[in-house]
Amino acid sequence: MSGVESVFDFALAGLLLMLAIGALHAPRLYVCVMLFIAFGLVLALTWARLGAPDLALAEAAIGAGLTGVLMLGMLARSPQEVMEVSRRVLSRGNLAVWALSGLVLVMLSQVLWRGVSGLLDGPVLLPDMAAHHQEQTGVDHPVTAVLLNYRAWDTLLELVVLLLALLGVRQVRLSRERFPAPWPLLLAWTRVLVPLTVLVGGYVLWRGAFAPGGAFQAGAVLAAGAVALRLCQVLPPIRWQQLWVRALIVGGLMIFLLVGLVSAGWRGGWLAYPSAWAGTMILLIEVAAALSIATILTLLVVGEDEELWP
Amino acid sequence: MSEYLHFFSWLTLCGGVFFFIAGTTGLLRFPNMSARLHAVTKADTAGLGLIVLGLSLRADGWQPVLMMVLIWLLLMASSATACQLLARYGHEEPDDTTRDQPRAGKQIHERR
Amino acid sequence: MTLTYLATGAVLWLLGLHALLVQRQVLRQIIAINVMGSGVFMVMVALATRGTSTDPILHALVVTGLVVAVSATAFALRLALPVIKASRSSAKSSRAVEPKL
Repeated sequence: MSGVESVFDFALAGLLLMLAIGALHAPRLYVCVMLFIAFGLVLALTWARLGAPDLALAEAAIGAGLTGVLMLGMLARSPQEVMEVSRRVLSRGNLAVWALSGLVLVMLSQVLWRGVSGLLDGPVLLPDMAAHHQEQTGVDHPVTAVLLNYRAWDTLLELVVLLLALLGVRQVRLSRERFPAPWPLLLAWTRVLVPLTVLVGGYVLWRGAFAPGGAFQAGAVLAAGAVALRLCQVLPPIRWQQLWVRALIVGGLMIFLLVGLVSAGWRGGWLAYPSAWAGTMILLIEVAAALSIATILTLLVVGEDEELWP
Repeated sequence: MSEYLHFFSWLTLCGGVFFFIAGTTGLLRFPNMSARLHAVTKADTAGLGLIVLGLSLRADGWQPVLMMVLIWLLLMASSATACQLLARYGHEEPDDTTRDQPRAGKQIHERR
Repeated sequence: MTLTYLATGAVLWLLGLHALLVQRQVLRQIIAINVMGSGVFMVMVALATRGTSTDPILHALVVTGLVVAVSATAFALRLALPVIKASRSSAKSSRAVEPKL
């Protein structure tokens, strides 16, 4: 059986590498973007193969869905000259650059491989420690426990990074993009699909306490639904001026900070929850964080000038 | 009884894989847009349907079967929608025989 | 299995770096950075399977990383748009100049 499995592994790895080469070096930019979206989907399959269903969920929604929309939107705004087949790649000077950089990379790969394979032999202590204290974390799924209990500090700062990205995007003022009028069949299908998205998002969020799922995946799925609605012009523009939008965006961070402050005052540890309340606190943070992530991602992907600038 | 089910499930699974391979070959080799779309959507619907049937015969309870059938229905509906959209945008694409890059795969000109 | 995906991750990173050095178009460079990130994630997820039980800490870090990667991509694309638009105007002006010469 292991022979069959290794054949599958090699096929998957080979497919990933071919898609990556295609996405990086295809002559037409449109083909590049298409292959990159396919690369994201195969990557999601790879995460599932490696026993990381959390990642597969997040990758399918984010890597293949939202990044694809972002890149395609960029292509639609690009002038025709950018889309043309780049023939310069094949000129002689570039060939020299290619050969030289390839040589450097082959040498670099030796060093890289020594470093990476060295990691294999290191001691594996953390999984056992994480499993040992699982009962005190308030959740049953180890990844959620790491995200919102052991390493809650990382997750808090990650929300700050998202907020900073949104604020950065807000600074770049651009001309307004006009979406083409949606087609009736697409509109009808979106109207069926998006309620299902909300259902799946809520389910994934609730499931995160005991099985693969959680705030990030739920936020990404909800954002994908909102983006689909916005592209079909079903949803009215989500504006930064609207109070509830800002409340949702900042809410995740505020509740996280509040829980941190309360726990710091109560037990004397920053984000160290008392184990009796840990489950409730984590659920509270997760709901707020999922809504916040969904709103930020939606604005990052389809937010226009008018929506981002008061 | 279970041996028959097992045998039959192998049969349908192989049929599903055959449809996927046939559809992908069609996607790569067919000359124009509508033929490619026809190949890929037909093959996906039939192939996934057969694979779902084959896996349902091996499932333990009704819950996984229900889930797989739901996934199949969802995929059929979305592939039908996507096919219509692609056909609409790729309407004026010329045949590959008239182009300088005969095997560049599926290319849709977006008109925005 | 671990070794296969570890090597794939390293090769993906190198491919991304190579494309980042060689390609000139901004959108291709952004794709290259994304491919490099995927390579790093793959090394981390492959390392998570090295022990007897899968490592939840590495998985959680990669989940965080995916969300950060998409937000960084969105920001990068926004910053790149003026560059892309400028490339159009330069291409047009050079073409307009050529007939006169």
